[in-house]
Amino acid sequence: MAAVAAVPLLISTEVWQLHVGFIDYVIICVYFMFVVGIGFALKKSMVSTEDFFLSGRSIPSWITGLAFLSANLGAIEVMGMAGNGAEYGIMTTHFYWVGAIPAMLFLSVFMMPFYYGSRIKSVPEYLKMRFNEATRGLNAISFAFMTVLMSGVNMYAMAMVFQLLLKWDMNASIWVSAVVVLSYTALGGLTSSIYNEVLQFFLIVLGFLPLTIIGLSNIGGWQAMASKLPPGFCHLWANTAPGAVNPMGCDWMGIIAGLGFVLSFGYWCTDFLVIQRALAAESLPAAQRTPIIAAFPKVLFPAITVLPGMMALVIFPAIGHPNIGQNRFDMALPLLLEKYYPSGMLGIGLTAMLASFMSGMAGNITAFNTVWTYDIYKNYFAPNKSDKHYLTVGRLATGGGILVSIGSAYFAMGAASIMDYMQTIFGFFNAPLFATFLLGMFWKRATPWGAFFGLCLGTITAGVHFYLSTFPTGHPMLAFASPMAGNFWRASTAWSVCFVSTILISFFTKPKPIEELKGLVWGEGPIIDTSGLPWYKQPPILAGVIGIFTLACNIIFW
Amino acid sequence: MLDLRLPIGIYFAINSAILILTGLFSPAASQIGSSTINLNFIWGIVMGVFGAFMLTLALTDKKKKTPKPE
Repeated sequence: MAAVAAVPLLISTEVWQLHVGFIDYVIICVYFMFVVGIGFALKKSMVSTEDFFLSGRSIPSWITGLAFLSANLGAIEVMGMAGNGAEYGIMTTHFYWVGAIPAMLFLSVFMMPFYYGSRIKSVPEYLKMRFNEATRGLNAISFAFMTVLMSGVNMYAMAMVFQLLLKWDMNASIWVSAVVVLSYTALGGLTSSIYNEVLQFFLIVLGFLPLTIIGLSNIGGWQAMASKLPPGFCHLWANTAPGAVNPMGCDWMGIIAGLGFVLSFGYWCTDFLVIQRALAAESLPAAQRTPIIAAFPKVLFPAITVLPGMMALVIFPAIGHPNIGQNRFDMALPLLLEKYYPSGMLGIGLTAMLASFMSGMAGNITAFNTVWTYDIYKNYFAPNKSDKHYLTVGRLATGGGILVSIGSAYFAMGAASIMDYMQTIFGFFNAPLFATFLLGMFWKRATPWGAFFGLCLGTITAGVHFYLSTFPTGHPMLAFASPMAGNFWRASTAWSVCFVSTILISFFTKPKPIEELKGLVWGEGPIIDTSGLPWYKQPPILAGVIGIFTLACNIIFW
Repeated sequence: MLDLRLPIGIYFAINSAILILTGLFSPAASQIGSSTINLNFIWGIVMGVFGAFMLTLALTDKKKKTPKPE
């Protein structure tokens, strides 16, 4: 998912309660024991900062690939995508087939050689090597700020959902989840987070797959479901001509330009949260395969997220009408769990939800502690200290990040629509950043100050656009058919401003000498010879296969 | 370093045992079309097969068992 699918999970009124039995709590406890146990088992392997922050660059690609996918399966993804499935129908899969796969493949084939080949420890560090300290600082500080806030939002969402579904105390949920995430991330660093993300991936697949099978069987199959859904709910592109009516309120141009290009590439190709997983891979080909391995299940993931949401609309026709309380679209998945899962499987389903929330927190925290330690602390506060010192700082930063996350979780409680705003803000930081990376990696003439001021202008543009399109006093030209359409166009505008202004400023400022760009820019980069690898390990071939498969999916559900 | 397939295998084997036992002693029925199934029991077996697969991969990994050259 691009990080912009603004999916409100806030529910203000009382709802029904899931009937959780003793055995379900046993299953949840087993999960907690395992995630903390993995942290303990990995603690002795964490002897250097490279081990702690980058898993010693020794993880096989199947693990980094699934972690790459799972790091994105946070609070909003699983429940939110099911909710979107109920609200927008199959068009929600644009977030996968247009809004994720092409960007993941592009990252693999074209950008990963620069990220991995330059031996950077973080994405902001690339900006320093390619441009200058100011650009790195701007990105590092905004990224660190956003990650702890997102971690807190995940925490808050989890506490809110489990209070509504199970009547769990919100304070207890926040603190227990914080302690568990702190335990395994502080002990086992990125490796622990990655391992738990992979465990979570299998848990989500095996936990939610029966819902799809049972639900679809009960409805009578795809055709029967399609006949019971509103018009346009089972078509991806058929109703997206300009002026045509479709559930998402977006035309094909907005989808391709906004979601398919700017937002998805901005998120998947520049966000350190996901790229950090690839940097942990054991070799450059393994790092390149990481997004591709993630892309294979990503293509099929709508079957356990979007499809249940569409089924929920057939099974519970009142869902979303009105979109409040127990009728919220976001309740699609819990409603199906309650309907189809007996005690036992219900525990598995709830654990899968818990796992996705906690993984969302852990992913953000591990990205935060790396950027904080390498790009902020080491750079601005304490350079030239021992590796052991930075390892200790990394562990402390994990604790500090969790504490700030808890604070932001309570802050989110006080602001009714904070999650919508957070998602949107997260998106508009990434959109201009992608223009900076695109020019940085593929245009040697892009200058350090061109990149810095371009990034500033792009981000400011997104902020102004957001203000004008959100508040009722805004300019009428910034009115959109839906908040999602607004997100798409805001991202495109911010990207364009950053792109054009970086080019213009670059013509008037001094570029870096070409010898300083070795391994950082297309044409000066490392030569990748994958001819010795079997075809099924060659990134371009694998990317081609998954690209064709994704295209076929788009045509089948046209 | 810890082979991830090991904890995954053990974790799903434990969940499998819990679901199978729950399915045997408390056979709640889930409706599929016109028939009913014991979902805990059936999915417990599926999870057990997956757990066993991961454990087999972890325990039979030849690369791991080969001693590193000095």
